[in-house]
Amino acid sequence: MVIYGVALLSFCMLAGVFVGDVLGELIGVQANVGGVGFAMLLLIVLSNLSSKRFKLKPMTESGIGFWSAMYIPIVVAMAARQNVIAALSSGWMAIIAGVAAVAASFAMIPVLDRIGKGGRSDS
Amino acid sequence: MILDAFNAVLVQNGLITAFVFVGALVWVSYQLSARLTRGHIHGSAIAIALGLVLAWVGGSMTGGSQGLADFSLLAGVGVMGGAMFRDFAIVATAFGADVGALKKAGFVAAVSVIIGVVLSFVVGAVVAVSFGYTDPVVVSTIGAGAATYIVGPVTGTALGASSDVIALSVAAGLTKSVLVMIGTPLIAPRIGLNTPHAALIYGGLMGTTSGVAGGLAATDPKLVPYGAMTATFYTGVGCLLAPSVLFLIVRAVL
Repeated sequence: MVIYGVALLSFCMLAGVFVGDVLGELIGVQANVGGVGFAMLLLIVLSNLSSKRFKLKPMTESGIGFWSAMYIPIVVAMAARQNVIAALSSGWMAIIAGVAAVAASFAMIPVLDRIGKGGRSDS
Repeated sequence: MILDAFNAVLVQNGLITAFVFVGALVWVSYQLSARLTRGHIHGSAIAIALGLVLAWVGGSMTGGSQGLADFSLLAGVGVMGGAMFRDFAIVATAFGADVGALKKAGFVAAVSVIIGVVLSFVVGAVVAVSFGYTDPVVVSTIGAGAATYIVGPVTGTALGASSDVIALSVAAGLTKSVLVMIGTPLIAPRIGLNTPHAALIYGGLMGTTSGVAGGLAATDPKLVPYGAMTATFYTGVGCLLAPSVLFLIVRAVL
């Protein structure tokens, strides 16, 4: 049933956000620390675990798949509710930060590609 | 009278109205992508850019801080794009990631994700500091935004950054996403991006899912699954590292 997938996904999110809140409390940043990341790890672990012991039914999977597919539209809605006016007052910084990050990442590809091929044969 | 009734229906069912609105926005964006750019700029990137433009329009017309969501007719966009649904959808994307496949892909692919997050974060943070920001929360949010337009808002929300700083981080992530889409086919021959191995590393280093999907599709469609797979882990690792370890490092340094 679709709701099983949605419920599993919801459980993972609540558990992850809870762990993130507790962790934030523990290290004293008064913020959620990596809650979404923990939720993702939990979902990966649970869905991989279940593929060995009891396979998730396609309908159950579609309950998760739907929300995965809603990712881009939700991000579009998120963009449409941002305080862009305030951001544009220092717009160059955002653009420079983005461009610099891409340039640095592109430059890193050949370096890592060489390391990966040199040490092991994992092609 | 009819118009009032219509208006009332849209306002009372705000979230549903938002689904229609965003659906239309995405459709228009994919049409623009296919017709004006012949698919070179991914439809999702255009949709997000249009969203930011509309947020700017909304902000300048209403004087509010929530972009389009400050129009009562489009208040549902605020719910749909709010933290709850956003985080829910992000967690759902992890479902596609197969740990076994990544393990098989090799240690380097996993390392590339971590290096990619840290590298983009550091570059973004350095740019923020060079523009005169000294608040660790602001610097970390912008650094996280240089990772992806998801890691930025998640980090910003977790650390309590203001909406305008979060918008900056989204803008940085969007710049990255669009640039990855446009730049990948141009630079691919120079950086040896023509094997599954290189594509795995590329996905891990770039991380922006739509950027990687669009960029690889324009370079060599056969490479898409490899890059997309490592990129799937990027946002999760970013959401894990940026508001925690990386923020603590920034706080210690500044």
